[in-house]
Amino acid sequence: MSIIVNELNYIYNPGTAMEVQALRDINLEIKDGEFIGIIGHTGSGKSTLIQHLNGLIRATSGGIFYNGADIYDEGYDLRTLRTKVGLVFQYPEHQLFETTVMADVSYGPKNQGLDEKEATLRAVGSLNAVHFPEKHFYDSPFELSGGQKRRVAIAGVLAMKPEVLILDEPTAGLDPQGRDEILEMVSNLRSTQHITVILVSHSMEDVARYVDRLIVMNGGGVMYDDTPQAVFAHYKELEEVGLMAPQVTYVMHALAEAGIPVRTGATTVAEAKDEILSVLC
Amino acid sequence: MLKDVTLGQYYPADSVIHRLDPRVKLAGTLLYLISLFLFQGPLALATATVFLILLITLSKVPFSYIVKGLRTIIIILIVTAAMNLFFTTGTVIVQFGIFKLTYEGIQMAILMMIRLVYLILGTSLMTLTTTPNQLTDGLEKGLRWMKKIGVPVHEIAMMMSIALRFIPILTEETDKIMKAQMARGADFQSGGLIKRAKAMIPLLVPLFVSAFRRANDLAMAMEARCYHGGDGRTKMKPLRYTAADRNAYLLLFSYFVAMIALSLLWTKVLGGGKLFF
Ligand SMILES: Nc1ncnc2c1ncn2[C@@H]1O[C@H](COP(=O)(O)OP(=O)(O)OP(=O)(O)O)[C@@H](O)[C@H]1O
Ligand SMILES: [Mg+2]
Repeated sequence: MSIIVNELNYIYNPGTAMEVQALRDINLEIKDGEFIGIIGHTGSGKSTLIQHLNGLIRATSGGIFYNGADIYDEGYDLRTLRTKVGLVFQYPEHQLFETTVMADVSYGPKNQGLDEKEATLRAVGSLNAVHFPEKHFYDSPFELSGGQKRRVAIAGVLAMKPEVLILDEPTAGLDPQGRDEILEMVSNLRSTQHITVILVSHSMEDVARYVDRLIVMNGGGVMYDDTPQAVFAHYKELEEVGLMAPQVTYVMHALAEAGIPVRTGATTVAEAKDEILSVLC
Repeated sequence: MLKDVTLGQYYPADSVIHRLDPRVKLAGTLLYLISLFLFQGPLALATATVFLILLITLSKVPFSYIVKGLRTIIIILIVTAAMNLFFTTGTVIVQFGIFKLTYEGIQMAILMMIRLVYLILGTSLMTLTTTPNQLTDGLEKGLRWMKKIGVPVHEIAMMMSIALRFIPILTEETDKIMKAQMARGADFQSGGLIKRAKAMIPLLVPLFVSAFRRANDLAMAMEARCYHGGDGRTKMKPLRYTAADRNAYLLLFSYFVAMIALSLLWTKVLGGGKLFF
């Protein structure tokens, strides 16, 4: 079970003055259960790439295979694909429309053909999974706080029980606490529900803490595709394309250059602390 | 999904036409349209054609790009041509039942087609080479005299520029919400009329919410910058005529005079008919 992206190219508005090649020659294999981070400068094609993975955008050239089936085959059921590959858009709270939180979260399951009861059951399950307080289940989604709205929107996608969950900058515009809560929740979901998670982010610190594999995009292409440690070893090259490795990477490299024999691979503050203590004590 | 609306969208390029004052382009378009409906005879028609080709070449907008805009009105063109072909009275060539094909009908149909095509090409040349902002600026300044008779020119221009500015924003927003709902299994394409109308609710509600939010934000931002209407308001880029604009007016004027002269020459001196004979 996997997603395979083969020689993918995508051009916005081909043949006009506003022509933009948003993706060039992307090759990826995403395996079951992976926790992947996609990072890149603004305009590097992250959002465009993930919209291909559930068939919302059709590639200009190249192919995508979900569990071995070509999603561009005639007769391939894209609607089912979209429920298997759940995509949470940037600022997902802008897509809420129902009169109650419950009804909004049930929208996806109902589109899958589930009846009222089952849909409600799914909604309750996913609202609990995102730690949405029960007392607001029947409130209007428009009267919630920003962070709560975002949880409802994520629950709306989770309620379809996707096998792959893709989140486009789920923490944009949230305060540090809201950000940590959402990321922690996503990480928990992955371990409890055994789903593949793809997290698009601007923040190296965020991805470094959670993901096992990091894809760096630049100018529509894949620049690095490796473990976070291996990617951050290229911190100088990352800077050249407008990205920054986590701050601890800089600290560790500075220490190593100053002659302290630390390994420079630490990507989070906790790892760095352990490493430094182990060398000093 | 909604990207195929190309008719008259600004085409960025650096050309003489792009740099002209928007008032010149507005007046020019109006004059060109009038000339299209006044002219008589092949001489004037040739002049109008040459003039249009000259302007398109000068504008550096690819010819194919302008012509693409015609696709949207092809139905109107066909219907107009058909109406003229069969419902003009005159010398009958063939007759099917109540439909009569006449010489005059053929002439009228050709004439109307040419007029409509030139009209669309001419007006889209203006919108292709002028940003919406310049256009409303041009309208506001060009129609300033109407304020004396109580027309709120500034307010209308401001509303127009805001509305124009919102079109791409809302198009993008619609696209985004549509995709977001499709990611939740929405289906906008299949089903009967009622099912489709119902499927629009998850699109329309967020769209309205966002439109109101944006309108509200914009109003706040304008208030915060002390916007209080047009009186005493200055422009960051005030419109000023340059030598090029004066020459353009001169060229337009000569074109218009030539069109009248050639039409008169054809009908009065050479004794020709409306188009060719
Ligand atoms: N609807 C669109 N029409 C035309 N061009 C677009 C559209 N959406 C994106 N682009 C262009 O495609 C390129 C990639 O955009 P994309 O949204 O995928 O970037 P991103 O990496 O998600 O950026 P961000 O971090 O700002 O969200 C950019 O150059 C952008 O200008
Ligand atoms: Mg993006």
